[in-house]
Amino acid sequence: MIDPLSDVAVARRVARDIPDGAYVNLGIGMPILVGDVVGPDKEIVYHSENGILGMGPAPAPGEEDRELINAGKQPVTLLPGGSYFHHTDAFVMMRGGHIDISVLGAFQVSEGGDLANWITDVATMPPAVGGAMDLAVGARRVLVMTTHTTRDGRPKLLPRCTYPLTAAGVVDRVYTDLAVLDVGPGGFVVREMAPGLTRAELQSVTAARLTFADDVVELDPH
Amino acid sequence: MIDKRVGSLADAVAGISDGATVLVGGFGDSGVPVELVHALLDQGARDLTVVTNNAGAGESDVAALIRERRVRRIVCSYPRSMGSIWFEELWRAGEIGLELVPQGTLSERMRAAGAGLGGFFTPTGADTLLAEGKEVRTIGGRPHVFEHPLPGDVALVKAHRADRWGNLVYRKAARNYGPTMATAATLTVVQVEEFVELGDLDPETVVTPGIFVDRVVQVAA
Repeated sequence: MIDPLSDVAVARRVARDIPDGAYVNLGIGMPILVGDVVGPDKEIVYHSENGILGMGPAPAPGEEDRELINAGKQPVTLLPGGSYFHHTDAFVMMRGGHIDISVLGAFQVSEGGDLANWITDVATMPPAVGGAMDLAVGARRVLVMTTHTTRDGRPKLLPRCTYPLTAAGVVDRVYTDLAVLDVGPGGFVVREMAPGLTRAELQSVTAARLTFADDVVELDPH
Repeated sequence: MIDKRVGSLADAVAGISDGATVLVGGFGDSGVPVELVHALLDQGARDLTVVTNNAGAGESDVAALIRERRVRRIVCSYPRSMGSIWFEELWRAGEIGLELVPQGTLSERMRAAGAGLGGFFTPTGADTLLAEGKEVRTIGGRPHVFEHPLPGDVALVKAHRADRWGNLVYRKAARNYGPTMATAATLTVVQVEEFVELGDLDPETVVTPGIFVDRVVQVAA
């Protein structure tokens, strides 16, 4: 019986790996949840590629400012100590390795750490990339947060990506609703698994071949 | 005497010619020089190449330029925002060209143009579709893609305050592409909410020095 973790539970697990004092960029989609569950005991500086460091949560209703939005174009706030800068500097921070952690969503991740998260269909919709490629190549550590399979049950962790790549060989760790996996020289190494899940069950929903750490830990489902 | 202030939006966009490459500031709704783009719509230049982050949304600014078939080609990073209906419709009909550029590369290509550089090698986009046909060089053991500078004939920028020399300060995240675009165009046109006297902007906090600015027009906030 496969009982996946909720998105919030996965976000809590990602948050545990973000150290106090880190400079972090959270990608659009699931990764945004991480900001909501990082405990107040940590001081994290959030970066937004449209030119904000020290980004705070959404403003109270009525306090929105169209000139203070995040990369997903949602209204945000600026925390004390925060700063504004122009786009080129925002990407100097990103591409130049000044951001400690980038948390990204994914359509697919390969066992070599390739990431596909920008396009699935080039024929009917105009392609759009935004900052995805810069976020994937530049951060010191690239964490992927995603469901383990697609909505219709197809594996997202593959020997090779079939969708166009965002970047090659960049992913350090993957957090899914079933497992936490490191990308090692020999492919995916399972570090943590959802409660009650067997290794055979996890492998059955993963197209890449899995290896298991000696001390696989049970994930907290809450 | 230097006075870059102009009295009307029409004066601000006067002389922009057909076929021009126009850099348009803004990210989503923030920092878009809406009034200048509408002045360009009224001015009539066509066959434009527009360089901007998004491809417009709804019926305003860049979306209106696209709707009126004034844009031949768009160079941008994310043309698929909520409400980008005009771009999508013309793209599907094959009536508008798209050059898709990663966001950091888009900004850096304009920076290179403004800085007088012949381009740069970046790891962004290596091993992807967006590197196809581009020179790739291994630097520090990692593939880098060569990217050309991206200059504009015109830049349309929104700032917060200006003086008559064209020194600029911006407001919050509306700054986004403005300072880079201002350096990268032959003619940089800025709309501001407020003019101040020379000397009233703190020189320690001027973001765009007036050397990069040609015309400034005031638009009510």
